[in-house]
Amino acid sequence: MSLYEKLGGEEAIDAATDIFYRKMLADERVSGFFDDTDMEGQIAKQKAFLTMAFGGPNNYTGKSLRDGHAHLVEKGLSDMHVDVVIEHLGATLKELGVSDEDIAEVASIANSVRDDVLGR
Amino acid sequence: MAFNLAYDGNSYPIEEEVSVLDTLLNQGIDIPHSCKSGVCQSCLVEVVVGEPTEASQVGLKATFKARNYALSCCLFAKEDLGIRPLNSEDAEVTASIIKVEALNHNVLRLCLKPEEEFDTIPGQYINLITPDNIVRSYSIANIPGVDGYIELHIRVIPNGRLGSWLLNEAKPWGSVKLRGPAGECFYVSDKEGGDDFPMVLAGTSTGLAPLYGIIKDALAHGHIGEIALFHGALQPEDLYLVDELYDLSQQQSNFSYTPCVLNGSEGDFYICGDVQQLVVEHIAKLKEARLYLCGAPDLVNAMKKKAFLSGVASKHIYYDAFLPSK
Ligand SMILES: Cc1cc2nc3c(=O)[nH]c(=O)nc-3n(C[C@H](O)[C@H](O)[C@H](O)COP(=O)(O)OP(=O)(O)OC[C@H]3O[C@@H](n4cnc5c(N)ncnc54)[C@H](O)[C@@H]3O)c2cc1C
Ligand code: HEM
Ligand code: FES
Repeated sequence: MSLYEKLGGEEAIDAATDIFYRKMLADERVSGFFDDTDMEGQIAKQKAFLTMAFGGPNNYTGKSLRDGHAHLVEKGLSDMHVDVVIEHLGATLKELGVSDEDIAEVASIANSVRDDVLGR
Repeated sequence: MAFNLAYDGNSYPIEEEVSVLDTLLNQGIDIPHSCKSGVCQSCLVEVVVGEPTEASQVGLKATFKARNYALSCCLFAKEDLGIRPLNSEDAEVTASIIKVEALNHNVLRLCLKPEEEFDTIPGQYINLITPDNIVRSYSIANIPGVDGYIELHIRVIPNGRLGSWLLNEAKPWGSVKLRGPAGECFYVSDKEGGDDFPMVLAGTSTGLAPLYGIIKDALAHGHIGEIALFHGALQPEDLYLVDELYDLSQQQSNFSYTPCVLNGSEGDFYICGDVQQLVVEHIAKLKEARLYLCGAPDLVNAMKKKAFLSGVASKHIYYDAFLPSK
């Protein structure tokens, strides 16, 4: 069973999306990256992000992540921001009662695309 | 790379990053449009060569999608395209104007009787098409299925294209065309016999129109939860339907009406202050509330974000931003 299925599939993503996105918007270290984007679009994209981080079905490739974040790298996206994302991801999952072990796996999936997201 | 765009017997080059709407407008061709943001649906066209993209059909009703209709402001060429104006008989219904009356110094009530069946849900919006082919979106303020007509509240913008038509030409028994409806901002009932979730509705100016439609619909569904309406205005004279809403709040114990005026004077019938702040305070302890926000885009977006941050679920925030024309 994939981690995505184990965590509860799409339903788990729906539950996590609002909590995670709320943490991101409320955190000044990263909220600036979400300023000029509409909320629904963002929520759809957060869902895509979480599905990916949970190891669920997605169509993203290293290249599409690279392209998708290139405009943010120009605005100064760095390792620190990726760390913040992983921090909020962990806190979100903890709130939902996910085990530390599974949280570590989610973090490692997110970490595995760090270079793509940062365009390195 | 450029593709070809066929329209009305001619072919024009179209760049990938320029929408079909802008390509034709740049050629001097007059295609009805307004928001250029994929919301108002006034720019609908029929795609007859090539396929509409997914993004160009967001929010369209199923029958419109099936006829290959597309929002020309959101349609970007990935292949050669051909488009034409909608066939009026397929897409539109004729309606007669049965009433035009002032609700305050700048808001008119327009009541329309469709000549054919035209199913709508209170709170949704329709495209109003004038005899000169001006297309604008307006929200439904009543329960057309019960009243037998559609009621709109239109704020008249000085020199606005539709506003001028309304002031100078719209007369009872004149006719217009309607298209639609569209939008997801309406009352959804989950339970037989009356839902009990709290509802908070907030808007400025004619943002009241869909909110009033939603309130009537909720009450007609036997909604038993609290229904709190906040109507914001700059000046006291921008409020409207004050007596009617006040009376409703006296008759319906679960409905409350709070008019609030930014530049008002203390001690009058309204609250002095910023509607946004009042709403944010009100929902602070109502995380399970359904929130309905309509009217000025800046305010709708700001309230939406604040409500979400304060804990309201994103799926419980319904809204329509009244985007102006570009
Ligand atoms: C989904 C949706 C629902 C809507 N529902 C309603 C409704 O129920 N009632 C209602 O009154 N309106 C509603 N609107 C707005 C409406 O569709 C028109 O945009 C508005 O009536 C102006 O049309 P007009 O042709 O008179 O002015 P236009 O000719 O379009 O505008 C003239 C000029 O005024 C500017 N302008 C227009 N509106 C504003 C504004 N609000 N603030 C600042 N500048 C402006 C325009 O950019 C333009 O430069 C809605 C819009 C949308 C997208
Ligand atoms: C940790 C690794 C990350 C992954 C796996 C990831 C994944 C994704 C995915 C899948 C999308 C959707 C792309 C699309 O469909 O267009 C997206 C969009 C986005 N991401 Fe990330 N992301 C990561 C890190 C970050 C960080 C650190 C930030 C900023 C703090 C960020 C900000 C954004 C923004 C703003 C968008 C939307 C861009 C737009 O509106 O076009 N992401 N991300
Ligand atoms: S949806 Fe295209 S102009 Fe409004």
